[in-house]
Amino acid sequence: MTELSRIRNFSIVAHIDHGKSTLADRLIQLTGTVAERDMQDQILDAMDIERERGITIKANTVRIEYPARDGHTYILNLIDTPGHVDFAYEVSRSMQAVEGSLLVVDASQGVEAQTLANVYQAIDADHEIVPVLNKIDLPAAEPARVREQIEDVIGIDASDAVEISAKTGLGIPDVLEAIVTRLPAPKGDRDAPLKAMLVDSYYDPYLGVVVLIRVIDGVIRKGDRIRMMKTGGTYGIDRLGVFTPKMKDIAELGPGEMGFLTASIKQVRDTRVGDTITHEKKPTATPLPGFKPSQPVVFCGLFPVDANDFEDMRDAIEKLALNDASFTSEMETSAALGFGFRCGFLGLLHLEVIRDRLEREYDIDLITTAPSVIYHIYMRDGSMIELHNPADMPDLTHVDHLEEPRIKATILVPDEYLGDVLKLCQDRRGIQLDLTYAGSRAMVVYDLPLNEVVFDFYDRLKSVTKGYASFDYQMIGYRQDHLVKMQILVNDEPVDALSTMVHRDRAEARGRAMCEKLKELIPRHMFKIPIQAAIGGRIIARETLAALRKDVTAKCYGGDATRKRKLLEKQKAGKKKMRQFGKVEIPQSAFISALKMDG
Amino acid sequence: MTGPLRDTAASALGLYIHWPFCQAKCPYCDFNSHVAARIDMERWKIAYLSEIERVFSENPGRILTTVFFGGGTPSLMDPDLVAEILSALQTAAPQANDVEITLEANPSSVEIGRFRAFREAGVNRVSLGLQALNDDDLRRLGRMHSAAEGLQALTTARAVFDRVSFDLIYARQHQTPDDWAAELHRALAFEPDHLSLYQLTIEPGTVFQRRFDQNQLPGLPAEDPAADMFDLTQRICEAAGLPAYEVSNHARPGAESRHNLIYWRGGDYAGIGPGAHGRLTRDGIRHATETERIPEAWLSSVETRGSGETSITGLSRREEAEERVMMGLRLAEGISLSDIIAIDETEIDHAALAEMQALGLLHIDGDRMTTTPRGRPLLNAILAKLLA
Repeated sequence: MTELSRIRNFSIVAHIDHGKSTLADRLIQLTGTVAERDMQDQILDAMDIERERGITIKANTVRIEYPARDGHTYILNLIDTPGHVDFAYEVSRSMQAVEGSLLVVDASQGVEAQTLANVYQAIDADHEIVPVLNKIDLPAAEPARVREQIEDVIGIDASDAVEISAKTGLGIPDVLEAIVTRLPAPKGDRDAPLKAMLVDSYYDPYLGVVVLIRVIDGVIRKGDRIRMMKTGGTYGIDRLGVFTPKMKDIAELGPGEMGFLTASIKQVRDTRVGDTITHEKKPTATPLPGFKPSQPVVFCGLFPVDANDFEDMRDAIEKLALNDASFTSEMETSAALGFGFRCGFLGLLHLEVIRDRLEREYDIDLITTAPSVIYHIYMRDGSMIELHNPADMPDLTHVDHLEEPRIKATILVPDEYLGDVLKLCQDRRGIQLDLTYAGSRAMVVYDLPLNEVVFDFYDRLKSVTKGYASFDYQMIGYRQDHLVKMQILVNDEPVDALSTMVHRDRAEARGRAMCEKLKELIPRHMFKIPIQAAIGGRIIARETLAALRKDVTAKCYGGDATRKRKLLEKQKAGKKKMRQFGKVEIPQSAFISALKMDG
Repeated sequence: MTGPLRDTAASALGLYIHWPFCQAKCPYCDFNSHVAARIDMERWKIAYLSEIERVFSENPGRILTTVFFGGGTPSLMDPDLVAEILSALQTAAPQANDVEITLEANPSSVEIGRFRAFREAGVNRVSLGLQALNDDDLRRLGRMHSAAEGLQALTTARAVFDRVSFDLIYARQHQTPDDWAAELHRALAFEPDHLSLYQLTIEPGTVFQRRFDQNQLPGLPAEDPAADMFDLTQRICEAAGLPAYEVSNHARPGAESRHNLIYWRGGDYAGIGPGAHGRLTRDGIRHATETERIPEAWLSSVETRGSGETSITGLSRREEAEERVMMGLRLAEGISLSDIIAIDETEIDHAALAEMQALGLLHIDGDRMTTTPRGRPLLNAILAKLLA
């Protein structure tokens, strides 16, 4: 066990690409925590998806031993938190687990919306914050301007911000020294009953569930019987240790320390982020505050492209669900797509990550239907139904009114793109709440319907601002609006997987856009195909896909027979990528592409 | 039994001989053609003769009904080489009295000068690659000859050979249906009895494909004008007495390419030369044969192993039926349903067949199934359904 005064626990707050992972890599490298030959980039991001996208999905901790200039050796526990708004709750728990943060800002880019969201979380958690200006070696770096911006926008003193280049290693020793001298040591009572926070957990095929913990009070030892206070589960600790970042066993963890435990826990589902871990025999009286069960906010249907993959998909979804308590799934049957699952996610990134993992790790081709939010449907009989899937919309004669979830969105954007951003938000039924300037950047705050955001809002935002805008949001509750279910009919047959909820005032424009899109996405057939949008029984938009006129190989002689036959075989395999609706084949990509709006 | 031997009879055999070299590679061409600085004619002769001996000893009792020199540019072959090959064939196998011997030719002056020698060697039909009748389009197609040279070649060929066909490519860059109709009328004014009229298609692995992908092939007609051009081709040729007997081939009745009909009717043919394919029925099983594609590899394979063949595969009944439908529906005469059923009765999807009859794309008259005029340009889509 380590003396409290020799421990520093911290997180790194940064916008994507501002150098969080590189700085973490440098800190680990400089202190010799990892042997040079074992070093790889983004050492803390274990999943392929994390490395590829440069994002962190699961929290990680690493214990660094640092001999400081005062002659003492300190234990520095770095927690690498998820950085995305989808994982805001997980981030908040990680923040609660440490006492300070390094705020890393790209000295050439300045503060971004995501930086703001995370730094506010750090401030909420009463962190001491050390600003770090990264990429100071770039010609475009403007440390003075960015310092000023940090003070203006975030309201913290940036006069002694540490200037570094994580890429070249410049200034890294100063960062280490600042962690020791400027961040507070943790507090805690060694003699009190055990109180530890469950920071995060993941499934390891060899060890079972590995739980990341931060000890607040008391001491936890290998062999101890523990209780998870929210879920009520009790376990015997098999293994206790710290990440260096390799797993290293340790006899005990005392107040202020971070590490991991394994306890023959079978499912990640049994370990809830933010739960309090205590001793079974001598429990603490007061669990940690702030625990929230995770709630999915975005839903979509996932269907196997090949119906024969359904059983494999069920297995894969069960396995993924074991490792991710925030992901929900239930079986769904679509007239159009057959058997599949209606899945709930924390947000769009979470959706993409799960879908990617299903496709990649389990090798299942998927059709993803339009993401939807949860609508509250108030029935005439006074009851309320949560609608996760537009296809399940009840008969309108029984419906009194609908409510939809709204968010408060914060967007930071360079002045020259402000007009486009405001237009985008207006087009998406936004209500402007605030518009302020920080230097040459505008900060706009909008009240937006979540259903206008879940789909392609972020893509559109990036495109209209050439990538210069940053965006973050939080849920602010439900509000009534005039929403209707819009159906799409292809060749006079409704395609349930293309049903969406839209605002009545926008239904015509939306329907027209979808019909036009589908006309491009569906290949021509041997007959002409009407494509229609309808509300109830009323057609609000219509396009006609002309019949195919020419599809024949010009030259086919003796040497072409084999090739032609193989091509036909391939075409047959390619048909698996299409879905049959009556006589019409629709490519799987159409289910998502049809909803993308250009404006 | 009287009358000539049918080209698809069990004892009949067509022979395809591939000459893989060209003076230059045309940017739209995905055939097995190569440009070589020097060609050792003697080496090639020995190899071809060796392959002829092998093929006929492996398939005894066959009567040769057609020979087709394709390429590449076979008109670049030394006429002596063609003569040696044809004389070797005379000793290798009995030949039908009316054997058809076709050679593909390009209209360059060198090649025109050889026409007479080719005829003396035994060639009795040529297929000329004119491709276009104006210089701008010929340049864009990467052809080495002018329109005038093309017409000169046609005149000479007709003076030398009894049977002359020529090729044109349409749906070219910036070509409108009107442009093509005018050009086709000019072509028909020469009163050919056989024409091959190909829509320009962008084939994978060609220079055109690369340019197309980089948007450097502007003005290619879209589906609708291209379909219009196909339709008007049918109309104009039919009015001129040269109806389509196959998707891209038009002839006066009786002037069809007998060799090519073997492919479409499911007859047997052997393939000699780099990358040549064959279909040979032995012991009641139809076999697909392939040879080395790369010229040098083919040569050394023949020289060291005594065979240029890389594979011989027995087709399943299903594959055989599939090929028969796929190739046969290209013909105006269509296919015999009982023939297909005799090969594999499960092959045709009858629900799809009924649907396409209802859509007016396929026509059934007794035992014969044909594509309708509207169905023929949709053949690939029809096959995908029919053979599902």
